[in-house]
Amino acid sequence: MTSSWRFSWTRQLPFVATLLLLSAVGVAMIYSAGQLNIPSPVTSRLWLRQAVILGAAIVGFLAVSRISARWFEWTAMRGYVVCTVVLAVTLVLGTGSGTAAGTKSFLAIGGFQFQPAEAAKIATALALARLLAAREEPPRYLRDLLVPAAVVAAPLALVVLQPDLGTALAFVGIFFAVLFWAGTSWPLLLFAASPGLALILSFDLLVWSAYIVAVMVGLYLYRYRLYLVESLTVVLANVAAGAVALPLWNSLAEYQRNRILVFLDPALDPRGAGYQLVQSKVAVGSGGLFGKGFTDGTQKRLNFLPEQHTDFVFSVVGEEFGFVGTVLLLVLFGFLFFRMIRMAELSKSPFAGLFIFGTFGAWLTHVFVNVGMTIGLVPVTGIPLPFISYGGSFLLMSWLAAGIVTRLAGEDP
Amino acid sequence: MSGYRPHEQNAQATVARVVAVVLLGALAATLFRGQVLGSSEWLLRSEFNRLRSFPVPPPRGIIRDRAGRVLADNAPGYSISILASRPDSVLATLGRLREQLPMDAARVQAIEAQARANPHQPVLVSVDASFDAVAAIEERRSAFPGVLIESRPKRRYPAGLVGAHVLGLVGEVSREELEQDRFLGVQAGAVVGKAGVEAEYEALLQGKAGTRYVEVDAVGRISSFRGSPGVPAQAGSDLDLSLDLDLMEWIHRIFPEEHAGAVVVLEVETGDVLALYSAPAYDPNLFAGVLNPADWNRMSRDPASPLMNRAVMGRYPPGSTWKLASAAIALEAGVVSPLERMPVQCRGRFRYGNRTYRCWRPEGHGSLDLAGAIRHSCNVYFYQLGTRIGLRRMLEGGNRMGFGGQSGIDLPQEEAGIFPGSRQFWVDRFGYEPSEGEVLNLALGQGPNSQTPLKMAQFYLAVARDGSAPAPALRRSASTSRGWRLDISRESLEQLREGLRRVTATGGTAHMSSLEHFDLIGKTGTAQSGGDRPDHAWFTAIAGPWGGDPEVVVVVLVEFGGSGSGVAAPVAAKAADFYLRGKHGVPRDTIQTLLEHIRAGRSTAWARERPST
Repeated sequence: MTSSWRFSWTRQLPFVATLLLLSAVGVAMIYSAGQLNIPSPVTSRLWLRQAVILGAAIVGFLAVSRISARWFEWTAMRGYVVCTVVLAVTLVLGTGSGTAAGTKSFLAIGGFQFQPAEAAKIATALALARLLAAREEPPRYLRDLLVPAAVVAAPLALVVLQPDLGTALAFVGIFFAVLFWAGTSWPLLLFAASPGLALILSFDLLVWSAYIVAVMVGLYLYRYRLYLVESLTVVLANVAAGAVALPLWNSLAEYQRNRILVFLDPALDPRGAGYQLVQSKVAVGSGGLFGKGFTDGTQKRLNFLPEQHTDFVFSVVGEEFGFVGTVLLLVLFGFLFFRMIRMAELSKSPFAGLFIFGTFGAWLTHVFVNVGMTIGLVPVTGIPLPFISYGGSFLLMSWLAAGIVTRLAGEDP
Repeated sequence: MSGYRPHEQNAQATVARVVAVVLLGALAATLFRGQVLGSSEWLLRSEFNRLRSFPVPPPRGIIRDRAGRVLADNAPGYSISILASRPDSVLATLGRLREQLPMDAARVQAIEAQARANPHQPVLVSVDASFDAVAAIEERRSAFPGVLIESRPKRRYPAGLVGAHVLGLVGEVSREELEQDRFLGVQAGAVVGKAGVEAEYEALLQGKAGTRYVEVDAVGRISSFRGSPGVPAQAGSDLDLSLDLDLMEWIHRIFPEEHAGAVVVLEVETGDVLALYSAPAYDPNLFAGVLNPADWNRMSRDPASPLMNRAVMGRYPPGSTWKLASAAIALEAGVVSPLERMPVQCRGRFRYGNRTYRCWRPEGHGSLDLAGAIRHSCNVYFYQLGTRIGLRRMLEGGNRMGFGGQSGIDLPQEEAGIFPGSRQFWVDRFGYEPSEGEVLNLALGQGPNSQTPLKMAQFYLAVARDGSAPAPALRRSASTSRGWRLDISRESLEQLREGLRRVTATGGTAHMSSLEHFDLIGKTGTAQSGGDRPDHAWFTAIAGPWGGDPEVVVVVLVEFGGSGSGVAAPVAAKAADFYLRGKHGVPRDTIQTLLEHIRAGRSTAWARERPST
């Protein structure tokens, strides 16, 4: 490390302190989630494992923050390729774990289970940042988005096949965050997102038709900025998305379809698919203003809460600390996000800013979708809450990402 | 990197901040709605989730006899319930429970129906689990999640057989009963009175069930017994009966073995029931919990009908015991004076119309006055008395004394006596208009006339008193009914009693049953049972201290017992003697009647020295 690469810790301290605080809250909530009236020897000790992994994650964080930013930029594409290959291997050799026993999300190495998708998120963000930082100007045309889209599409498709829709959403978040920070114009982002919207809106032919007309009108108004081929591609992609919607819907696993249906109407099946959502809402709602007290949540203690260590850990926060607790946690995340935006803003290189912002996009997606599903704002998706939910890979990788963020933000090239 | 500086895009940063604030704000707003505005509703749902309420059975009131001896109380018992989130898991648990807790298919079906009807409520499986079963389940606690064992008072009848019929029985309330007004507020699974005093005074004895909450987890396993404080159960009120347990036990001892029948003992002064006994009896403790169906089948199919309380439900032709009623009707109507002799002397037969009616004694009784006719139970005298009364007056009189109805005792299942209400009775029942001659049979207690032992006791109660007959009462001094009253003079009543006295006096049919220390008077009855079987033996007795007012009325009926004087009278005499000795401080003895004195070789001088009237 030469003197020209001065690294300043002081400006990064609020960011790191927030992460430490969030992680401590996480360990505490995992401890509480294990306190059941009819105890289970497994879940009651999970907090210890999380604490140990947290220690390892902090060591990893410190190590990563000593690596030069240039190394990350230099190794980004190679890392991406390796991670994508590992993801493909995971599809073949992977195993499920815990409540997601039917999926192929984990790779067992030695005595440890690891989720390659978590590493792939960082690698993809690094690759996207590298790609877009190399540009002389912001993406102007849809074809400028082709390569970044392909970079995201490969790991995303592999993750969807596991299947792990929650993590897939994080890739989408990274994609749009990096593109946005790269200066891509709003209409372009909308056109890029339009096939996804078409997919959702295709449930009603009339709505979908109106939407397609709106897309075409938008394309016409934006015609000076696009090639004809691109416009046609957008239209075709939208039509294709609408056409595959039904087969795609049918190809979803039943529990996935149920989750979406139940999101629209939780009363549909309160004992089956709607159970998680209803019990989570009961837990959060019954917490009231101040909550039932640490470890005293009855919904949790009596096993009514599903997956209270992982995806529904926020429900435990809501039940035991009430509105005051949930809002404080959201404020903590809000502070973290503002710090990250500021770090991206102040970063000295495009690569640094793009990566930091991409990580922000991933975490914001995680927080919004995770908290949203526990309170019925978005469909139930298996997506963990960063730094809080139990899960070694995610915690470790989040801290490693934080290490890169800290390094990139603090390095003065 | 000239010109294009994506990391310095302030506009993007501002948009990003707005997006973050909007998204987090949307979450906070939703949380505000759920945790602040809608919190109470969610809290209620979380309580509903975790708490299962169930009734705490109240201990039934204790039933005591007149001396405070316990007739029915509560012993510790165990009930077993299943708590589960789904009917399926109730059934699964039930399947495992059946190994420890034998149940028949009907019981399992009933439990299943209850589980489906109230999916979130505990289902009562057994209200009377044995200690062994409970211990076996407790040993394998983990195999029975959601199984709840509770202590639950169980009815106990210390007197066993002796009080069985009068006290009745308790059992789990049926679905039909739950819909009745008198079981308002009683919850499924509650134990209620089904017969006898237990049913009559149900409202008093029941008490009020409390409520308890149990905390359960998501799959219905009981996690703890804390939670909201429940409502304690209120014990039922105690009940003091006029019964004399010692007397009833004595009657049980002296009643002829192998015979069915009934004994009623009434206190003359109050009309209170001192003893109400029916044989054969059953052990009411068998019914205290869930009755073993085999026991039930055995008892309900037993030709001896052990479940029937013969004292109030058995109807028998009263025979000669009813002659006193004929006499009372005649005295009321003024068609005879006590010392008057009937024009036709008894020569063993009596001609009426173109028929000849026979006296039970072919040699005849000669010329008799009323007391003499009662003493000898002379049919010829009563034939003539009947013709004097006439059918119309006979029917009126019998009905006024309530022979066509119930005595009004405080028991739920009393049979009314059968006695023609009018001449229409014959038309309806037998299809012919009755001739005036029917009165001859009625006068002898024959013809269409069937009475319960209690009903006969009530009539003799009126004779022992001043002619008034209150409704017999089991609850101490509960009799508010004034009953009915014989409209005859004190002197006439005394003449009736004189007739009864001669029955047990020297030369009377029941002389061998007379007592050393007490004045026992009475009337034998030997009623045809129909068929080839022996006659029913009756004895109706009035007893009290010598020279004093009568104190007890005892009616004994022995089914197919044969002779009233030989079988029924000794039982009545010994029961009266037992009670009166206790009351008047005379040491009790098993040698009581004259016959027993003779057989035991004791002095019988007292029988010759007794004052004659």
